[in-house]
Amino acid sequence: MRISRSAKVILASFTSLILTVIYLPLAIVFLNSFNSSVNMDWPPTSFTLIWWHKAFASSGLIDALATSLLVAVCSTMVALVLGTLLAMALSRYKFFGKNSVSLMIILPIALPGIVTGIALNNAFRTMLGFQLGLITVILAHATFCIVTVYNNALARLNRLGKNMEEASADLGAGIFTTFRLVTLPQLVSALVAGGLLAFGLSFDEIIVTTFTAGGGVQTLPIWILDNMFRPGKAPIVNVVAVFMVVVSVIPIYFAQKLTAKESKS
Amino acid sequence: MKLNSGAKVGSGEIQPTFAHRISTVLYSKPKLRLRLLLAAPVTWLGLVYIAALLALLITAFYTVDSFTGDLKPGFALDNFISLFTDSLYRAVTFRTIGIAFGVTVVDVLLALPIAFFMAKIASPKLRGVLVISILMPLWASYLVKAYAWRSVLSNVGVFAWLLRPLGLDTPGYSLLGAGITLGYLWLPYVILPIYSSLEKVPNNLLEASSDLGAKTWGTIRRIVFPLILPGIVAGSIFAFSLTLGDYITINIVGGANQMLGNLVYTNVGVANNLPMAAAIALVPVVIMFGYLTAVRKTGALDNL
Repeated sequence: MRISRSAKVILASFTSLILTVIYLPLAIVFLNSFNSSVNMDWPPTSFTLIWWHKAFASSGLIDALATSLLVAVCSTMVALVLGTLLAMALSRYKFFGKNSVSLMIILPIALPGIVTGIALNNAFRTMLGFQLGLITVILAHATFCIVTVYNNALARLNRLGKNMEEASADLGAGIFTTFRLVTLPQLVSALVAGGLLAFGLSFDEIIVTTFTAGGGVQTLPIWILDNMFRPGKAPIVNVVAVFMVVVSVIPIYFAQKLTAKESKS
Repeated sequence: MKLNSGAKVGSGEIQPTFAHRISTVLYSKPKLRLRLLLAAPVTWLGLVYIAALLALLITAFYTVDSFTGDLKPGFALDNFISLFTDSLYRAVTFRTIGIAFGVTVVDVLLALPIAFFMAKIASPKLRGVLVISILMPLWASYLVKAYAWRSVLSNVGVFAWLLRPLGLDTPGYSLLGAGITLGYLWLPYVILPIYSSLEKVPNNLLEASSDLGAKTWGTIRRIVFPLILPGIVAGSIFAFSLTLGDYITINIVGGANQMLGNLVYTNVGVANNLPMAAAIALVPVVIMFGYLTAVRKTGALDNL
C-alpha cells in the first residue's frame, strides 16, 4: 500500500491538530489559575498569584486534600492485598468458576460508575447497616482499584511462569518462604505500577465517591464539584484542578515508565 | 535474578515451627491453598459487590410507599412501566442513547486517522512520543477535564473569543457543549485500542495487497478494516458505555439538560425513590450487555 506524500502531510497535521485540542483545555485551566479576572475572561488581561494564595490558605481545601490522600492510600493498600491474592489464584490454579471470578474483578470498572455507586450505597446502608463515611469510601474505592493491581500482577506472574517457584520448593523452601524470597521480589515492580495506577484512580474518582461518602466526607473532587458553581470560588477551582492533574499524572507517569522498562528487559 | 538469599532455606536443619507446619500442610493441599487465596477477595467482590448488584436488580421491582417513603418489597413492574410510558423518562433515555451514539461515531471517525498515522506512518520514536501524549491526559482527572471545558465553552471563554470574529458563537452550556466535552473525554480511550490493533497489522500484508494490484483505498477497506474491526469495537464500547452512565459532565457543561444518570441521581437523593433509581440504572446496564453480546463474536472483548 502506497501512501502519497500529501496524504501523509494531511494525516500528520490532523494528528497534531487533535493533540493540540486534547491539551488546550488543560492549558487554559492552568493559565486561568493566574487570570486576574474572577469570571476568567479570555484572553486574560493581567495575571495574579492571588488564587494560589487563597487556595493554600483555605482550610476546607487542605482538609479535602488530606481526605483524598488518606482514601487513596488506604484503598490502594486494600487493593494491593486483594489484587495480589486474586492474581496468584488465577495465574497458578485451574478451577471451576475461574472466568466468573475474572469477570467479577473487572465488573466494578466496566459498569457505569453510577451503577456501582448506588449498588454499594444500597449495600452499605441497608444490607450491612453501615453509616456512610470514610470507611465506606475506602471500601468502595478499593473495590474498583483491585483490577489495576490484579492486571499488573497477573501479567507478571504469567510471564514469570512456575519454574522458579518449583525450583525453590524442590530445594526445600516452604510456600511462605518461596513467596517471600522468590515470588514477591520478582512481583514487586508490577505491584508498584499497579498500586500507582490504583492511587491515581482513587484520587480522581467522583461518581462512586458521591454515593458512598455521606455528608461528612469531602474528597478533593467533591470539593471541586461543590465549589465549581459558586461565582467567587471558580478561580480557586482552577488552582485545585492544576494541582489535581499534577498529583494524579505524576504517579501514573512513573507507573508507565516502570512497566515500559519491564517489558523491554 | 537475585536468588542467593534463598539458599539457606534448603539446609534442612530448621526446627519445625508453627509456620512450617502450616506450610507443609498447605503444600500438600493445593485446593486448600487456592481457597485461602480466594477467600478474602471473593468474599468481598462476591458477597458484597455482586450481592449489591443483585439487590439493586431486585430493588428495581420494589415500590415506595408514597405516604411514609418506606420501601415496599414485592414484584411490581410499576417502575419499568413508568420508565417506558412517562414522557420525561422516555425522552431522557432516547436523548442519552442518541448522545452516546453520536459521541461514539465522532470519536471513532476522529480516532481512525490518528491511530493510522501513529501506527503506520510515524517513526518508532515519534510513535512512542505520540502514545505517551495520548495516554497522559487520560489520567488527568475526568472532573478537571469537564471543568476545563466549562471555561472553554463559557460566554467569555476561548470558544467565544475564537468564533465570534467569524460570526459564530460558542455552543455554550448545551447538549452540543456536553457532546463535545464527552467526545473529548473519551477520545483517548477510542484511539488506543484502534492504534494497538493497527500496530498488529503486518506491513508486508499491505505491501502484498498493493503488489497484487489493490489501490490504497481498496487495501484499507478490504485488508486493514476487517483486521482492526475488533479494535474499533473495543474503543466504541468505552465511548458508548462511559457516556451512558455519565451525569457529571452534563451537569457541568450541559445547562439544564438531563441524561439518565441525572435521573438516577435525583431519584436516589431528592426523590428518595431507590426502586425507580435502580430501574433507571438498569437501562445502561441492559444496553451495554446487549451491545457486548452483539460484539462478542468480533473478538473485541479480548482487546479491552
